[in-house]
Amino acid sequence: MRTLAQTTDEILTLAAQQFKVARETLSPNDDFFKTLGIDSLQALSLLTRLENHFHVELPDYELQDVSDFGTLAGRIQARL
Amino acid sequence: MINLKDYESLGGALRAAISHWARETCLIEADRERENCRLTYRQFDESTRPVVHALNAFGFGSGERAAILMTNQSKWLIAAYAIFFRGGVLVPLDYKMTPVEQVQLLRHSGAKTLFAEYYLWRAITRAANFADITLDHVIVTDAPAGGELAGATRWESLQDSGDTEFVSRSRGDAACIVYSSGTGGRPKGCILTHDNYLEQCMALTKLYPFRPGVRYLSILPTNHAIDFMVGFIGPFVCGAAVVHLRTLRPEYIREAFTRYRITHVSVVPLVLKNLERGLHQRFAELSTPRRFLLNQLIRLNRALTQRKPHPQISRALLRDVHKAFGGELEGMFVGGAFTEPATLQFFYDLGILVANGYGCTEVGTALTLSDFLPFRPDTVGKPLPGVQLRIVEPDGDKIGEVVVRGHTVMAGYLDDAELTAETIRNGWLHTGDLGRLDDDGRLQLFGRRRNMIVTSEGKNIYPEDIENAFEGLAVKEFCVFAANYLWPQHELAGEKLVIVLHPESGQEITDAVVTTASGSNRRLPAYKRVSGYLAWERDFPRTASMKIKRDVLAEDIRSQLTRESLAPL
Repeated sequence: MRTLAQTTDEILTLAAQQFKVARETLSPNDDFFKTLGIDSLQALSLLTRLENHFHVELPDYELQDVSDFGTLAGRIQARL
Repeated sequence: MINLKDYESLGGALRAAISHWARETCLIEADRERENCRLTYRQFDESTRPVVHALNAFGFGSGERAAILMTNQSKWLIAAYAIFFRGGVLVPLDYKMTPVEQVQLLRHSGAKTLFAEYYLWRAITRAANFADITLDHVIVTDAPAGGELAGATRWESLQDSGDTEFVSRSRGDAACIVYSSGTGGRPKGCILTHDNYLEQCMALTKLYPFRPGVRYLSILPTNHAIDFMVGFIGPFVCGAAVVHLRTLRPEYIREAFTRYRITHVSVVPLVLKNLERGLHQRFAELSTPRRFLLNQLIRLNRALTQRKPHPQISRALLRDVHKAFGGELEGMFVGGAFTEPATLQFFYDLGILVANGYGCTEVGTALTLSDFLPFRPDTVGKPLPGVQLRIVEPDGDKIGEVVVRGHTVMAGYLDDAELTAETIRNGWLHTGDLGRLDDDGRLQLFGRRRNMIVTSEGKNIYPEDIENAFEGLAVKEFCVFAANYLWPQHELAGEKLVIVLHPESGQEITDAVVTTASGSNRRLPAYKRVSGYLAWERDFPRTASMKIKRDVLAEDIRSQLTRESLAPL
């Protein structure tokens, strides 16, 4: 079982890969819309990648009021 | 298609259509790779009966209000039809709002019956202002086994107990109360009548008729005026099929085009831009010779379709591009916000018709729509049949406020006679948008007269609605504005909000204040955020009841500061 810190770290790595930014520029408290310069649809695309990686199903609403990696990690962790 | 002139209400028209198209496919609902359900119009009718019966058992009477709070799915349309069947007034709520906002609007609407998805209902019950509403009946969908229902009834437990009487309504009666905005300040509940919708539907289907065999992909929220009409009423009266996706991720949307051989779809500019970006990426991955060939074909298609579209030729020329959209796409509709002409041109050059329209909640769906005769990406098309549109107080460039009159203009705002009188004057609805009619009668938009912005997702944001997010800021006073209201400019791209901060006398805006404001800003949904702040040293002008005179303050700021004075937040 992953720890929350591991889950967060893996999310940051996947986000960095998907949006082609350096992993070290991302941190858990970042507002991913701002840091990655993405819109809400691009954020939803990240969710699919995370679903495939963590083998969980995340309804779209899990992202509705989330804008930082840490909270997103918490939502995923709860489903692992 | 049934003749809508023969019907007095949406319920009556839908009932006739459902019977007329009984064997046609009506709804398909998919979730990722799974298909959840597929219903013919007859099966849709059967699925509605338990809900109609439940409303009957609740004593839900003619003219009573019932709200729907769901993402796009088959049960949204089933619940809506059941409400209309029982003569009710539908209040479609935006599932993307916060639970506190949803409670505010539920309260304002006076709805005592609610249809909601389980997770949205759970969120509402935990909202700080939940005690402000009294709901007599709540029906929830998608509730997990053992889930805490908090007094709600499971949709699945509703029983069909035989025939239930249809309740007729008149054209002038309210069909829906649709909120255009106003959660934080003044709720704007547009009362749209049966006549508004039936006339709107007649006008739209005259220009873009649907038919059995049309498969419409519903991705805009159904509570949104466009999808309610183009993804529900329109397809139903024409016997077309509606495809719902339970997840709206770009990759599943793309798959749906192919899997369900989609013929029509409505989008907001944000989605259109995303599709454009996806195509650009694919084109960039082509080898140099293939890229060269593609560009030549695009050029040829552009030349051939200069005067009018030739869908068959375009599909043959650019087969691979069209295959990515399922190969049967006949057209997309875009509206709800400003669409860049370059994006429209990009799709038109590929032979993909994107009809650009313009409207506002106060008129149901659309006031104008492009007709491609010829393609004019710099306009939002001509007024729909039955819509009278004028430009008032035009300036030297013939740009003035767009005002409209016709059967589709709402009856007024719920419980707000003052705002209604300000908005509808002598029968003309003042849109607050600035436009110009060209020599062919096509409308070009240039900005707004009102202090508001519209996001690329089609959301209207009124500055006063988000001010409470900044309460407690260590300044004497503050006020939020649309940047284009402070400094008008003749364009609609890149609209932004700004906050004006007035520090306590003798003080300056400190870093701590900016940090706090920035933190409050981040807690707002991304589309509602303020992008910059202005420091202002004088007291805000106020009315006798201490309300900020926003127009006067804006004028003062405009005369003394420029956009360059803005600092990022």
